[in-house]
Amino acid sequence: MAEFKPADSMYEWFDQRLGIDKFVKVMMTEYWIPKNINFLWAMGVLLTVMFTLLLVSGIFLLMYYKPDVNMAFDSVNYTIMQEVGYGWLFRHIHAVGASVVFLIIYIHMFTGIYYGSYKKGREMIWISGMLLFMLFSAEGFSGYMLPWGQMSYWAAYVITEIFGGIPLIGGDLVIWIRGNFYVADATLTRFFMLHVLLIPVAILGAIVFHFYSLRFPHVNNEEGEFFDFDEEATKYLEGDKKGSKVVPFWPVFLSKDFFVLGFFLLFFFYLVFFHYDFAMDPINFDKADGLKTPAHIYPEWYFLWSYEVLRGWFFEIAGVSGKDLGLMAFGFANAIFLVLPWLDRSPMVKPANQRPYFKYWFWLLIADLMVLTEFGKLPPTGPNAWVGFGASLMFLVLFIALPFITKAEAKKVEGK
Amino acid sequence: MKEFKILAVLVALVGITYYGIEPYAHSVMHPEVAAADFTFKDLKNVDTKLVGNAANGKVLVETNCVSCHGIEKAGNPAPMPAADAAAAYGVTPPDLSHAGRIYDKNYLANFIYDPVSAMHLNHKYPVGGAKQFPMPPFPLPAQDIMDMVAYLQSIAPKVADDKAGHKATFEAACGRCHNMKYASIEATTPTDSLKTYMGATPPDLSQHIKSRGEHYLHSFVNDPQVLLKGTSMPRVGLNEKAQEEVIAYMEEVGDSKKAERETIGLYVMIYTFIFAILAYLWKRKIWSEVH
Ligand code: HEC
Ligand code: HEC
Ligand code: HEM
Repeated sequence: MAEFKPADSMYEWFDQRLGIDKFVKVMMTEYWIPKNINFLWAMGVLLTVMFTLLLVSGIFLLMYYKPDVNMAFDSVNYTIMQEVGYGWLFRHIHAVGASVVFLIIYIHMFTGIYYGSYKKGREMIWISGMLLFMLFSAEGFSGYMLPWGQMSYWAAYVITEIFGGIPLIGGDLVIWIRGNFYVADATLTRFFMLHVLLIPVAILGAIVFHFYSLRFPHVNNEEGEFFDFDEEATKYLEGDKKGSKVVPFWPVFLSKDFFVLGFFLLFFFYLVFFHYDFAMDPINFDKADGLKTPAHIYPEWYFLWSYEVLRGWFFEIAGVSGKDLGLMAFGFANAIFLVLPWLDRSPMVKPANQRPYFKYWFWLLIADLMVLTEFGKLPPTGPNAWVGFGASLMFLVLFIALPFITKAEAKKVEGK
Repeated sequence: MKEFKILAVLVALVGITYYGIEPYAHSVMHPEVAAADFTFKDLKNVDTKLVGNAANGKVLVETNCVSCHGIEKAGNPAPMPAADAAAAYGVTPPDLSHAGRIYDKNYLANFIYDPVSAMHLNHKYPVGGAKQFPMPPFPLPAQDIMDMVAYLQSIAPKVADDKAGHKATFEAACGRCHNMKYASIEATTPTDSLKTYMGATPPDLSQHIKSRGEHYLHSFVNDPQVLLKGTSMPRVGLNEKAQEEVIAYMEEVGDSKKAERETIGLYVMIYTFIFAILAYLWKRKIWSEVH
């Protein structure tokens, strides 16, 4: 053990024991971020803040929420919303936050795709990010069930039913997930456990892992430029702040993030107080009733695109039922983003718009996802069903074509 | 400026998607319906221009109506306990104290003349059908009917424009069928009778201001058939003011923190705006050293 000198100050006392100086350097003041970035690089910090808000508001909700089919609805809509001081505030922050966090996740993901931040050493950042996306999806889905309103119940019913399509084990799997033959008290209590314990713990772990995975490959920049971080950091530390290509995480990078955060929070609180219907569906203020199917059942907006990929397949092809085809497409859609780094065969790390072929692919994907999202909400009747089918097919085609498109791009770029 | 361009693209993409899945999808799933009609112009059996005589109305009401209805304000208690009345008629007949205040005049006159057509329940009680509506029609001369209407209007108490007043209107208009758990209001008719009588259990209305919204309620209460074709809930015939009071009460009970939410919301936004400005100034200062 090292020898300890008597400390002259409290700070020193702690520093001797915890290495505060070193820690702050490694984590903050000498953690280097490229200077050439725009506000889209603030999304990660926005997500961290959103997750914190969700965690804190969630803890307050947990003090009064009752996970029981007979009590859940009133514990939320009466006790929390009307009796507990500021209970409504926590619920609004939590519900709107859960929706807005997905908006930011999507922006964050597509920023990564646009700038090619998922390849050439950044694969693990991407994988850990997708892990977070999956965990957040599970968290969103399980949380939506808790108020035990009509949409909680029926969305849970429809989504768990999807697993029934899996060959051989499907039927048993649905019962295993629900803990009953139908969506019931056992379903609510287990989703409650998942929502307040298992998934949040996993998310915390995944966030740490995501941050760690950023350490070695470093954050990408607006031009996809590769440079020697140590060299640029030395430049910075020697005083050439303007000439260096990097800035420290604290205070420079974060000062920009706080600015973006400020305006984002303005938008967020506007939604929380004055415009929350999109996140707190009116139909969910009707108590769950297993005998009364709502006229329109749809998941939360952030699941609409994958829901439409599932629903788009409504007729039999070559002896395979529409339902099975939809299930396969759905499985594909949910797994495919994970392997994106290996589908993109072009070595270019550049903003999409500077890549000759990839740019078309990127904007087509965005357009397709928007169409899927829209038609995932509209009733799937008449021409809507066909648009849904077209968009769903398009999604598959885009991803199947990606390796070929990027391979061709690689050739073209090399040839020049 | 590049950042503004990026922001513009982002806002456009998010805006288009939002428009599609919210206002547009909503308009597809819930098409606009005919505007509420507070004149009840489809009802024409009684000439409502006649001026009623309240004194004569009192006599007519006391002979024709109090065998079933209480009129507390005129010193007529309910003729039998609510549960017994429900057993006899299917539903507990409402106390008529507030009738002259809450029902539209034209509706009320025509309701007395022929309840089933006024309530838009011909599909449930077709002419000559086996089922009989519990309240008999009173196809009396128009003058007699207008006398009764005048009497009911003369005894109706004024209520304050506050939560207690709104509650009185709600109980008079909806209280025989609907519970309102979050205000500890129980329907005067027992649930079992209601279910048999209506063929559907009237829902608890505690949260309908949120699940249906004001816009929907405005049209639904005016005429349920417009939005729920074939429903057994009757058209209750409230005048515009009474209907507004009912909806206000549903909001006072179902969204009791609205005022608090809106005031605090404003403060939080002002505070956040100040934070954003300070953060911007700080960022400018810090970045001026590196650019
Ligand atoms: C045989 C019993 C009976 C008699 C007599 C009777 N009513 Fe009724 N009345 C009822 C019942 C039962 C209801 C509730 C029906 C329902 O809600 O389906 C009712 C409902 C009403 C309503 C509420 C209408 C609405 O739109 O909600 C009014 C007003 C009314 N009666 C007035 C009168 C008047 C005035 C008379 C005398 C001319 C009268 N009633 C006589 C049984 C009776
Ligand atoms: C005579 C009994 C009766 C009266 C009086 C009555 N209702 Fe209803 N109400 C019903 C029944 C029955 C239903 C269920 C209808 C159905 O599901 O078809 C219903 C349903 C409703 C609904 C739900 C509609 C929906 O979209 O599902 C609302 C809101 C409502 N009533 C409001 C009111 C209000 C407000 C009043 C008083 C102004 C009122 N009702 C008076 C019987 C009544
Ligand atoms: C709520 C969960 C998440 C949090 C808290 C989070 C946080 C962060 C942070 C702080 C950064 C560094 C700064 C930045 O570029 O924004 C970052 C970068 C990154 N994240 Fe996430 N992230 C989350 C989810 C995701 C998801 C779902 C993906 C996509 C699959 C993803 C992919 C990436 C990528 C590719 C980078 C590197 C960006 C670059 O190098 O330019 N993250 N994340």
